[in-house]
Amino acid sequence: MSDDRLLTIRNLRVVYPGDDGDFRAVRNVSFSLGRERLGIVGESGSGKSTTGRAIMGLIPYPGRVEADVMRLGDIDLTRLDERGFRRLRGKRIAMVLQDPKYSLDPVMPVGKQIAETHRYHFGSSKQAARTAALEMLQAVHIRDPERVYHQYAHQVSGGMGQRIMIAMMLIAGPDILIADEPTSALDVSVQQQVLAVMDEMVKSRGMGLILISHNLHLVSSFCDRVLVMYAGQIVEVCDAGRLHEAQHPYTKGLLTALPELGHRRAVLPQLRRDPEWLVDLPAAVGAAS
Amino acid sequence: MSATGLRVGAPTGWRGWLLDPAPASRRQARFGRWYRAWLGLRRNRLAMTGLVIVLALVLIAICAPLLANHAAAFTQTLEDRLQPMSWAHPFGTDELGRDIYSRVIFGSRITLTIVALVSIIVVPVGLGIGLPAGYFGGWIDAVLMRITDIFLAFPRLVLALAFAAALGPGIENAVIAISLTAWPPYARLARAETLTRRNAEFIEAAELQGASHLRILFTQIMPLSLPSVIIRLTLDMAGIILTAAGLGFLGLGAQPPAPEWGAMVSAGRQYLLDQWWVATIPGMAIFIVSLGFNLLGDGLRDASDSRAG
Amino acid sequence: MIELEGVSVTYGAGPTLIRAARDVSFRIPAGDALGLVGESGSGKSTVLRAVAGLIPHAVGSVVINGRELPNRRPRESRKIIQMVFQDPYGSLHPNQTVDQTLSAPIAIHRLGNAESRIMAALTEVGLGREHRYRYPHQLSGGQRQRVAIARALILEPKVLLLDEPTSALDVSVQAEILNLLTRLRRDHGLTMLMVSHDLAVIAHICDRIGVMHSGRLLEMTTAEALAEGRVTDPYSQQLLRANQGFDASGVVIDVAA
Repeated sequence: MSDDRLLTIRNLRVVYPGDDGDFRAVRNVSFSLGRERLGIVGESGSGKSTTGRAIMGLIPYPGRVEADVMRLGDIDLTRLDERGFRRLRGKRIAMVLQDPKYSLDPVMPVGKQIAETHRYHFGSSKQAARTAALEMLQAVHIRDPERVYHQYAHQVSGGMGQRIMIAMMLIAGPDILIADEPTSALDVSVQQQVLAVMDEMVKSRGMGLILISHNLHLVSSFCDRVLVMYAGQIVEVCDAGRLHEAQHPYTKGLLTALPELGHRRAVLPQLRRDPEWLVDLPAAVGAAS
Repeated sequence: MSATGLRVGAPTGWRGWLLDPAPASRRQARFGRWYRAWLGLRRNRLAMTGLVIVLALVLIAICAPLLANHAAAFTQTLEDRLQPMSWAHPFGTDELGRDIYSRVIFGSRITLTIVALVSIIVVPVGLGIGLPAGYFGGWIDAVLMRITDIFLAFPRLVLALAFAAALGPGIENAVIAISLTAWPPYARLARAETLTRRNAEFIEAAELQGASHLRILFTQIMPLSLPSVIIRLTLDMAGIILTAAGLGFLGLGAQPPAPEWGAMVSAGRQYLLDQWWVATIPGMAIFIVSLGFNLLGDGLRDASDSRAG
Repeated sequence: MIELEGVSVTYGAGPTLIRAARDVSFRIPAGDALGLVGESGSGKSTVLRAVAGLIPHAVGSVVINGRELPNRRPRESRKIIQMVFQDPYGSLHPNQTVDQTLSAPIAIHRLGNAESRIMAALTEVGLGREHRYRYPHQLSGGQRQRVAIARALILEPKVLLLDEPTSALDVSVQAEILNLLTRLRRDHGLTMLMVSHDLAVIAHICDRIGVMHSGRLLEMTTAEALAEGRVTDPYSQQLLRANQGFDASGVVIDVAA
C-alpha cells in the first residue's frame, strides 16, 4: 500500500433534524483510504450508505454533514458547496449504485450517456467522446461495444447495466470509486463477474475502492480491509482475511448468525444487541488505519 | 442530550401521544397518522395560504348573515345604482343599486354549494368507473374506458352548456352539467393508480386469503387511489368554479337575482370602464378562491409525494 | 401432502412466449420442507405461485392433502395453504395497521374470537401489544416479516409457502426469522415449500433441495449432498461455486449483449 492517502476522514457526523427529535445517522466515523479495496459492512440503519453519500456531498437538506477532517487529497470537502461537489463528482470521486435501472437515463442510448459524461468533464468533440465511450465499454469487457452503445437501459440485463454504469463513472478518471451495494440486485454468478470487472478497473488505474454492502461474506472475500458499522459508528476495523479474529461482539455475533452450508445448526445463535454498543465511541477507533 | 441515543429531543404531552411510535389503539394510530400528514403540510407556506383561503370561504359562507345584510343583497334601490366604494357600501353598488359587498358575501354560499355538489358526484363516479377498469382489465376495461373517452372527447364548457340547455337553467342543473363533464379525468386517474398497485404483493396476499374482488377493491385499492383523486379535485376546483362562473356569465346556471359571482361579472361587463368595481370585485373573488384551491392542491400533492406508498 | 405433476406456466404468445415453468413435478411428504433454488428467471417463484393458486392459467395438476385443487381456488381451500412473501414492505398494505392486516382473514372466513386470535398470532411470532396498532412504515423489516408470518398462520394452514422470506432482511434479523420458522414448523407440523437464491439459507431450513434453471427442475438433492459438492448437474456446481464468495480466478469476465 502506498503512503499517500487518497481520502482522510476524522470524526464525520451526519445529523437529520426531524419532528421526533434529531437523528444522528453517522457519528464519530474516522478512516482513511489508500489505493486499496475498503469494505464498509453494516445492516440497514448502520449509516454505511449515509457515509458514502456524505463523501459525495449527496446528503439532502435538512441533513447536516460535519467533520473535523474530510479531505480528498488536498481538497477540503467540508468547505465545498454544491457547485464544488459537482466539479468533483465523476472527475475525482465516482459512485455506483445498486440498480442500474434507476441510474441510467431511460430515453437515451446507453453509449450516448457515457459519451455525454466524457464531454461534460473534458469538453471533447462528439467524435472523441464516442471513441472514448466505446473504449470504456471494451475496458469493462463487453465484447460487442458497438452494438451495446446503441441500446437503451431497459434492453440490457442487470449485470450489463452495472458494467455500463462502471464505464460511465470511470470514464473521467476519478481516484476513488464508491460502490453502494453494486451487486445486491444481481444473481450470484453475475455478481462475480461485475466484481471482477470492478476489481480489474480499480487495480489497473491505481484507484481506491470503497465497497458498501450488507453482505459480510462478499466483502471479506473481495476487499483488502473491512470496516464494520453499527448504529452510525465504526465498531471494527480489520484486514479482510482476518475477519474471523474479529474483536467486537457485534461482528462476532454477525458471523455466527449466518447460516452455513454444510454446518447445519438446529438454532442459529441470535445476535443479542447490547445497548452498550450504542454509546459514542471515541473517535480514535479506525483513526489508526 | 443523551450520548447513548440516536434520537434526541423527543416530544412530550399530546404531541407525544400523537407521535408515539407505538400506538395503543386504533384511534391513536389513525390520529397519529393524520397529525404527521398535517405537520408535513404545515411546512409549506403556500399551501397554508391556500388552506386559509379555503377555510375563509367556508367560514364566510356559513356566517354570511352575520357578515352582511341579506336585504342589501337583494333590494333594488335604483337611485343608488352604480355608486363607487364608500363606507356605506364597501364595494359599491351594482347596476340595480344592490350592495356588492353583501352580494359577494352571500354569493360565497353559491360557490361553496357548487364546489360541494360537484365533488360529491365526481369522486364516486370517477372511482366507480376507474377502479373496476384497472382491476379487472380485459373487456370491462375496454368498455369503461371507451365510455370515458367519449365524454372526454367533448370540450368541457360546450358539453356543460349543452346539458345545461337541455336540463334548463338553475344552479342544480348547472352542477349536474359540470359534473357530467368533469368526471372522466378522475376515472382515468383512478384506473392508473389501480394499475400501479394491481400486482403488488399485498393484493396477492389478500387473494391468497380468499378475499373477494369487491373486498379487495374497497379495502385495499380504493384507499390508495383516493389521495390522488382528492388532490386532483382540489386542483380542478378552480376550473370548476370558473366553469360555473362561465355558465353564469352566459345566463345558464344561477338565475337572477341570485348573487352568483359569474353572473355578477357578466352583468357588470358593460360598466367595466367607468364603474369597474361592479365586474371586478366579484371577478377578484373568483380569482382568490381559485388560487386558494390551487395552492392547497399543490401543497397536498407535495405532502403526499414525500410519503412512501 | 403436496404433489405436483407436470406443472407448466407460459406467458405471452408467439415471439414473446416465455415458458416460466416447464413440466415441473415433485412430491413433499407431510411435515417435510422442500427448497427450490435458482437464479432469477429460473421459474422457482412461478412454481410457488402455481402451488398457491395465484396463477389462473397454469397447466398440470396440484394435489394438496389428497385433493386436486383447480386453478381458481374456492375460498375454503385458502385455509389450507398460505404464503409468506419476499418483500416485507410490499406484502403489507401501507395504510393498514397490523391489527387491520390480521383482522382481514378472520373477517373473510368468518372465524370468531378475533381478539384472542390476533393476540395469539402476535405472541406466536414474537410481537407484542405495542406493535398491534402500528403501520408498516413504523415497523422494522424483521417486524414486518413477523407480521406477514402471523397473517399466514392465523388461518391455521397445513402448508406454508415461503418466497425468499429473508432476502430483504439484515443478517441478524434473518437469523431470528429462520429460527422462528424452524420453531413454527416443529410446533405446528407444517409442510413447507421454500424458494430462495441463497443456498445456505435453504439448506438450513429444508431437507431436500431442487435446483431450477430456465423453468426446469434440473435435479433434486439434499442439503448434505450440496455441502459436500456431490451434485451431478453442471449448473448446480456452478451455482454452488458462485455462492462461496468472490473468487477472481473462477470468473468468465467477458460478456456479449
